[in-house]
Amino acid sequence: MSTVKDTAAEAAGALADGSTTSVELTEMHLDRIDAVDTAVDGRGIHAFLHVDREGALAQAAESDARRARGEARGPLDGVPIAVKDVLATRGLPTTCGSKILEGWIPPYDATVVQRLRVAGLPILGKTNMDEFAMGSSTEHSAYGPTRNPWDLDRIPGGSGGGSAAAVASFQAPLAIGTDTGGSIRQPGAVTGTVGVKPTYGGVSRYGLVALANSLDQAGPVTRTVRDSAMLHDVIGGHDLRDSTSIKTEWPSFTEAAAQGATGDMSGVKVGVITELAGDGWQSGVMARFNESVELLVKAGAEVVEVSCPSFVHALAAYYLILPAEASSNLAKFDAMRFGLRVTPDGDPSAEDVMRATRDAGFGDEVKRRIILGTYALSSGYYDAYYGQAQKIRTLISRDFEAAFARVDVLVSPTAPTTAFKLGEKLDDPMAMYLNDLATIPANLAGVPGISVPNGLADEDGLPSGFQVLAPALADDRVYRVGAALEKLLTDQWGGPLLDRAPELETDR
Amino acid sequence: MSAHTNDTALMSYEDVLAAFDPAIGLEVHVELNTASKMFCGCPATFGGDPNAGVCPTCLGLPGAMPVVNAKAVESAIRIGLALNCDIAEWCRFARKNYFYPDMPKNFQTSQYDEPICFDGWMDVDLQNEAGETETFRVEIERAHMEEDTGKSLHVGGATGRIHGADYSLVDYNRAGIPLIEIVTRPIMGAGERAPEVAKAYVAQLRELIVALGVSEARMDQGNLRADVNLSLAPKGSGTLGTRTETKNVNSFRSVERAVRYEMQRHGAILSDGGSILQETRHWHEDTGVTTSGREKSDAEDYRYFPEPDLVPVAPSREWVEELRGTLPENPTVRRARLQAAWGFTDMEMRDTVGAGALGLVEETIAEGAAPQAARKWWLGELARRSNEDGVDIVDLPITPAQVARIQALVDDRTVNDKLARQVFEGVLAGEGSPDEVVEKRGLAVVSDDGALGAAVDNAIAANPDIADKIRDGKHAAAGALIGAVMKEMRGQADAGRVRELILEKLG
Repeated sequence: MSTVKDTAAEAAGALADGSTTSVELTEMHLDRIDAVDTAVDGRGIHAFLHVDREGALAQAAESDARRARGEARGPLDGVPIAVKDVLATRGLPTTCGSKILEGWIPPYDATVVQRLRVAGLPILGKTNMDEFAMGSSTEHSAYGPTRNPWDLDRIPGGSGGGSAAAVASFQAPLAIGTDTGGSIRQPGAVTGTVGVKPTYGGVSRYGLVALANSLDQAGPVTRTVRDSAMLHDVIGGHDLRDSTSIKTEWPSFTEAAAQGATGDMSGVKVGVITELAGDGWQSGVMARFNESVELLVKAGAEVVEVSCPSFVHALAAYYLILPAEASSNLAKFDAMRFGLRVTPDGDPSAEDVMRATRDAGFGDEVKRRIILGTYALSSGYYDAYYGQAQKIRTLISRDFEAAFARVDVLVSPTAPTTAFKLGEKLDDPMAMYLNDLATIPANLAGVPGISVPNGLADEDGLPSGFQVLAPALADDRVYRVGAALEKLLTDQWGGPLLDRAPELETDR
Repeated sequence: MSAHTNDTALMSYEDVLAAFDPAIGLEVHVELNTASKMFCGCPATFGGDPNAGVCPTCLGLPGAMPVVNAKAVESAIRIGLALNCDIAEWCRFARKNYFYPDMPKNFQTSQYDEPICFDGWMDVDLQNEAGETETFRVEIERAHMEEDTGKSLHVGGATGRIHGADYSLVDYNRAGIPLIEIVTRPIMGAGERAPEVAKAYVAQLRELIVALGVSEARMDQGNLRADVNLSLAPKGSGTLGTRTETKNVNSFRSVERAVRYEMQRHGAILSDGGSILQETRHWHEDTGVTTSGREKSDAEDYRYFPEPDLVPVAPSREWVEELRGTLPENPTVRRARLQAAWGFTDMEMRDTVGAGALGLVEETIAEGAAPQAARKWWLGELARRSNEDGVDIVDLPITPAQVARIQALVDDRTVNDKLARQVFEGVLAGEGSPDEVVEKRGLAVVSDDGALGAAVDNAIAANPDIADKIRDGKHAAAGALIGAVMKEMRGQADAGRVRELILEKLG
């Protein structure tokens, strides 16, 4: 019998052999959402900002009807999914975690969402996130934080804490996240789930409300590597509406994951990034990382140390490029055409309305980055800030090129620490930014990366993540290596890591 | 209508020239006639129900992305080639950031330091006092691609401007329509002819755009918009003074007038020891003055940066050369060819070009009119109307095909020259096609022998002396009888047929 703990692949199998229906699966997950997401005492997970029970069940019924006619559209037809609230969904609210978009219902679907609909995945709802994806804890959501299923007093990572927590707490087998500097991978690491940032241009950004256009990438959030691969196969590929999306024939990532799941790593050269370790890296995280590397060696991988000297500047470059692009992207939120409108008293001009709306509608972190970005782009400062940051970006790409000339994949811990306490870093933006130290270089260079859960840190019993990075276009490698490590670890553990997560108290 | 009266101090034009060297600079925006907008599939036709021709992209909805219109790139390259520009092998779009309600994204997707076309020139033809053609080379700094903004309609208030309006409406149909902005280098050394050079440049540029077929290029419709920069420097100094940028200059005539006006205004300020405020000014067609717009100081910072949602535009050299092959004839060569084909004298050709009617005459001839007839109407009746109404001749509400049709009506004697003028009047007044005007106004000349015969008989009876002279072979006297017949027929008689009938009856 199917349960919410089934992976997407298992659910797909049950649909295929007729032992369950999409309506049954979808209902089961909607019930789970009801049970754990909005607990009466305010200690629910709060992964969702909007649940579309009616819509999801209608799509599930259509899927069942299709399957009955022998017209199932693919392996995931009928498997429900949650979507980060930064992707436009026709007819469903899309807030980006911001008050400024409260009540906005897009008249169109993001390409990723459209592809989910075409493939027949019922959309359960929209998941919580840091406002406009700015943050590493989901605490910057204007609608309140999401809690980590492993410890309700801790953060689920960010910005896509909602998607990761939804998957980790079995409210959805699959979710879509977006990753600008680690927003898929870091939440994956701290919630014990799998997250993939595809090659820049591998998945269409059309309909993804841009944080930083040159860094953003949507990708899968799941509990297994195979599920991520299956989802990636559905959402990836060129899109005429996104001219930065790549025109290429992608291999089947599901195949790549299946290959990796044999656990054979012979012939694979793995580089451990020297710069992503040391001071400030939690000892339990490093211990799990080193054990994982040992496992890969035992499975036949050749492991070497690789230095990427420019990575130490990645964070500084990132916090110029991102705010610069964001400051311009967020200019359109001006109360003229959509979203919140605050009209000051008296006889306000359009500019007065814009000012009042932006003041009331944006949170502090968003304002902080708009100010940073506006400054970085100002004439007279452009070369010193934005220009320099772009040069660092080039150096980081060169570091990757040099490294990938020697090895097939690069690895590091996904995040320096396990999940920290809610509120712990809220007043210290720099401490918050440091969470993305290991994930940011991939965004700056446009290369793909995966985070695979690789155990619990001894000092706090919380999950840590293992990051695998590959050259641009070689996303299949992260699936292959990720699946191999997952297989080796689960064999060792005797089951998925999430089996060790505490049972959530439910309302029933 | 305008509240702006001319109480600004002006220096006499002669005094300005005695003390200063003018430098002009022209920024011309050309709205392309592509089927779709610059970055989305919405129709690029202006008008229609407000906000009907929009989509998530041109409305700037969250998440929507632009895609470059390849046809617009092609038009940009063809314009660049026709202006003798280099075409970039690789260039990017940039965001020009500023807040304004008619700008959906609060940034305009434009090009900044990487324009698609750069370093070109155009030889502008001027006539000297002896009636000879002289060329003046205008250097083109760049031509770049960008998108248009929406259009604000300010409701209430006296001026139709945002100041004092009760509320404003925005129509985003125009937002995203492709524009090419063509920017000259500072044009120096034109001296007293600066206003004339400015006008001739814009007129010749328009001629080129029309020949390329990339825009409707109607100034009155805003398809072609000129911003006029002007500065004065002390005579002989070779420097550039502080400039003003005059917008809303919507005709060739206004370009000339605006340059002249700003020269006189700058001259008065500078000679009085004042300094020019670098600012945007608005041209007022009705009063012929400019007034201060928003201040454009160095403080205005557009925070340009490369548009990260678009990939670079990298036109292959093969494509550029292929497009070079599609360029229309060089205007100077073209004029020589047309003059020969039409048999115009230098004077006739100069007047035709000077009136901005070369293309119109050419199209009229293509529609079947004889060259001299086409010239006669455009430079006579229609040039007069253009002057009287203060509109550019190309903007008169009559087409070359209609002019050719009126001439055809003259040729087949449906109307005579005098009646033809009434047909022009009717067409210009919007009464319909030439044939409809003839019909509605009852202008057709009478060539029916029955009706004419009776009038001829009456004329002969009333003028026996003249009739006798004709009978004696003095055919020149027929004119008097024709006049009498025309009078009786209230002008609507076919004079040629009348003459034949008189000679038949008295021959």
